[in-house]
Amino acid sequence: MTPFDLAAGWPILSILTFLPALGAIFILFISKEETELIRWTGLGVSVVVFLLSLYLPITFDASNPGFQWVEKGVWIKTFGINYYMGVDGISLLLVLLTTFITVICMLASWRDVTKKLKAYAALFLFTETFSLGIFMAQDLFLFYVFWEAVLIPMVFIIGIWGGARRLYSSIKFFIFTFVGSLFMLLGFLVVYYYHGKATGVYTFDSTILMLTPLAPAIQFWVFIAFFLGFAVKVPMFPLHTWLPDAHTDAPTAGSIVLAAVLLKLGTYGFVRFSLPLLPNASMQLAPLMIGISIFAILYGALVTIAQKDIKKLIAYSSVSHMGFVMLGIFVFNAEGLKGSLMQMINHGISTGALFLLVGMIYERTHTRTIGDYTGLFKEMPVFGVCFLVVALSSMGMPSTNGFIGELFVLIGAFKAHWIYAVLVAVGVLLGAVYLLWLFQRVFLGDYSYAGKGKLHDLGLRETVTALSLVGLIFWIGLYPKPFLNVMDASLNKLAAQVEENYRKAEAAANAESVTAMLKETSAMPAEGSERE
Amino acid sequence: MIENVLNFPILTVLILLPALGAITLAFIPGRSKEALRSTALGFTIVNFCLSLVPLLYFDTSTYKMQFVELAEWIPGIGVSYFLGIDGISLTLVLLTTFLSIVAVLCSWTAVEERVKEYMIHLLILETGMLGVFASLDLILFFLFWEIGLIPMYFLIGVWGGARKLYANIKFFLYTLFGSVFMLVGILALYYSHGNITGEYTFNLLKLYEAVYPYNLQWWIFAAFFLGFAIKVPVFPFHTWLPDAHVEAPTAGSVILAGVLLKMGTYGFLRFNLPLLAEATVVFTPYIIALAVIGIIYGSFLALAQSDIKKLVAYSSVSHLGAVMAGIFALNQQGIDGGVLQMINHGISTGALFLIIGMIYERRHTRQISDFGGLAKVMPVYATFVMVIVFSSIGLPGTNGFVGEILILLGLFKASPVAAILAATGVILGAAYMLWMYQRVVFGKVKHPENEALKDLNAREVIILVPIIALILWIGVYPKHFLSLTNATTTHLVEAVEMNRAKGELADLAERHETLVLEHEEAPGHMTEHTTPAEGGHR
Repeated sequence: MTPFDLAAGWPILSILTFLPALGAIFILFISKEETELIRWTGLGVSVVVFLLSLYLPITFDASNPGFQWVEKGVWIKTFGINYYMGVDGISLLLVLLTTFITVICMLASWRDVTKKLKAYAALFLFTETFSLGIFMAQDLFLFYVFWEAVLIPMVFIIGIWGGARRLYSSIKFFIFTFVGSLFMLLGFLVVYYYHGKATGVYTFDSTILMLTPLAPAIQFWVFIAFFLGFAVKVPMFPLHTWLPDAHTDAPTAGSIVLAAVLLKLGTYGFVRFSLPLLPNASMQLAPLMIGISIFAILYGALVTIAQKDIKKLIAYSSVSHMGFVMLGIFVFNAEGLKGSLMQMINHGISTGALFLLVGMIYERTHTRTIGDYTGLFKEMPVFGVCFLVVALSSMGMPSTNGFIGELFVLIGAFKAHWIYAVLVAVGVLLGAVYLLWLFQRVFLGDYSYAGKGKLHDLGLRETVTALSLVGLIFWIGLYPKPFLNVMDASLNKLAAQVEENYRKAEAAANAESVTAMLKETSAMPAEGSERE
Repeated sequence: MIENVLNFPILTVLILLPALGAITLAFIPGRSKEALRSTALGFTIVNFCLSLVPLLYFDTSTYKMQFVELAEWIPGIGVSYFLGIDGISLTLVLLTTFLSIVAVLCSWTAVEERVKEYMIHLLILETGMLGVFASLDLILFFLFWEIGLIPMYFLIGVWGGARKLYANIKFFLYTLFGSVFMLVGILALYYSHGNITGEYTFNLLKLYEAVYPYNLQWWIFAAFFLGFAIKVPVFPFHTWLPDAHVEAPTAGSVILAGVLLKMGTYGFLRFNLPLLAEATVVFTPYIIALAVIGIIYGSFLALAQSDIKKLVAYSSVSHLGAVMAGIFALNQQGIDGGVLQMINHGISTGALFLIIGMIYERRHTRQISDFGGLAKVMPVYATFVMVIVFSSIGLPGTNGFVGEILILLGLFKASPVAAILAATGVILGAAYMLWMYQRVVFGKVKHPENEALKDLNAREVIILVPIIALILWIGVYPKHFLSLTNATTTHLVEAVEMNRAKGELADLAERHETLVLEHEEAPGHMTEHTTPAEGGHR
């Protein structure tokens, strides 16, 4: 009997989700003078959670498209609310990304943060719990609870440990996402209500809800409501304005988790709920979504070029990159969807890594203005090499992860219409422009730095943190097969489900209109005979 | 289809060995410069010797891909790890491994700063270049194509001259701009092949088998053209080249002129001609026109330069114009000449940059007016320069002559006017080269700084001797080299002709079909109307 068999009956998903929260509570009991102990506990918990999460890919059955390690229990019976957790090929990689990035965050804030360390470490662990909950919850209500909950630690992280305009940024972040999620909740309730009315079963269980799609006319409005919730989080143009502020003022680790995990919640929501629950509205609005996505790719890239603050530059580049992800979802083909999922992971790794590296240099100099640096490569070669690899990955250079994702999205876009592919390719080019130009200005040329003192190259902790991300970049870039295989079956199932639901809703609507017409026609001769 | 006589992944080894060398160098401390140089040299020499293995086992009687390796890479979208070489790529692989040694040797004393990173970049560059020439999967090709950009970006950006940052971003943006369009072209090809055959694949040999509709061919050709023409560079896309050359360190220029420019012409040979034959024929007049303009315009610009390196850079525009003209003559002589001239230009222009580097190391100037009378102080140097200059202007007895005469012959068949204009370019080439030689080497020693110049040392002679040998070898007995590529070029010419015919046939058939349909429809209606049943109803 292997250890894996032993663990087979355990509620592994709940353990993974709530272990960080337990760790956070434990940290609250440590005396605040014990800073080293707090740091090590935070790191220890996140590492344990990451190692535990590796249990998932090891025991994952790639041929099974459904949810695995399912846990289901009744929570609030009268409203049909369940505690329903499950992970499939779509969420597995996102779960791993979350547990991995949390470790990176802990390492990134090792020396960076000294103020209120206890609360800081605890809030990060809470963020991890809620993010994991979002990726695992298959009950809409449970999903919503986690979705709202994750907002709270993030607002505090920006508001307390942030930069100069932290209060403004954290409130803006809160209001944007909170308003968006209220609409999302409204959408959930409409789905719940109409499904109950149609089938007699009132439930928030998403797998049951997906069996009976709503009427296309209602889908349209629910899609708008979902859109407001998810698109703010992505963020999609024109709802993106909170992002640069939040990123600029967030502490390094906050930016990392925001870019790597929280932005993915939005796109995940589109894939998980908008597509299968609202296939008709999704297809109907796809041209609009594609238009906005492409616009975001190009607009985001152009705005990025003009930035003077490195962190703001990366923040705007996220708007552009998330445009790729959204485009992949709404071109409605297998390649696009796969590329989009791949790109979610890639963006998490690359942009997370960019924020990490910017944080490292900020820690030394306390400036992020591009003009304050030149020729850093000469003083910090290790840092320079890491930054280069990450920048190349972010711009989608072949042999890095970014290329694999962009290639799939490009193929998907091309299949939808060649003009999309051309526009996206221009976006790829612009991406190379702003990143290379950034690299050139900061790293090449003669060394000078506006501040005092000598800059030190990366230390051991920093090198290990950065190299773990660099390793992943090349792994996915050179051998993407294992990652693609994981999502294959689930995505195929999703595509089939979207199509089936689309047909069902269409057929139901047709049947309705036919019966209505029949009623009319049967009523007409009656009227006529009355006249006679 | 999968043939590999060696039963050994020789191409993978060839491609990865330099990368392995780069990794090895990363572990050698930056202080021990001699160790770094020797290790890099060792890896390039071993790689060159390894590249002789495919030459030994090469079957010159077939155009088919040899030493093939095929493995799945990205599942789901038909991307594979697919390597193989034919005659054209074999010669370019040999040129690459050879010039890589030259590049390491010529930086021996020229580069003192950051030797470690420098050598790492050179080796990664070799990996990228070899990958480009050996890839038979379009995505793999694109991968290596882009990988080559990065080390070049650094070689210019870190070790370059005064305006390196400007030249660098210009070089990078130009080539990246081209390659993005190339990627779109690749996708269009992929998508169209999938539509026609039902199989979505980036496998080049499978893509060869389908015939694409003309309209699409036109667009894909245009996209590929942007990618490759910028790399060649074809007039008017050449403006990045002089800047990049002037700012690049010597080894960078050698590799840039010797190999990287060939990636563009290679792209035309490998993709545009066989895949898009119909569009090729349509584009040909325009490309030949651009090529001839490039030949003449490049020569005139070279004539006006006062900086030797810039002069050679512009001469590249002219020479590559000749290669393009040869390729797009679309006949055996033209393509043979084009391929041979790719190699020749790699050897002679690489050598020119090399000798410029040698004198620059001594005097730290490249202005023609700063020299004069070098024959007196550096007789050995002057002799070597003479042979290389002769080769560059295509004097009989050197390699340049064979290539140029084949190109002119082929071009004359295709278009006599273009051939005559191109021949003028050759004359101009002799003018600027000989004039430069005269001003630099002959006459009195005008500048006192030049009096004490040391002649070439043993290391420099060792680098130059094999190059001179190659120049004369190809010049006197070109058969060895032509026979390597002969089967491939013959097949290429046939393939272009056949695919063009196929394409036209398909278009004709389509037109015929629509005509028949129209024809059938018209009488069909009439018979329907006259059926008794129909009539009865009425």
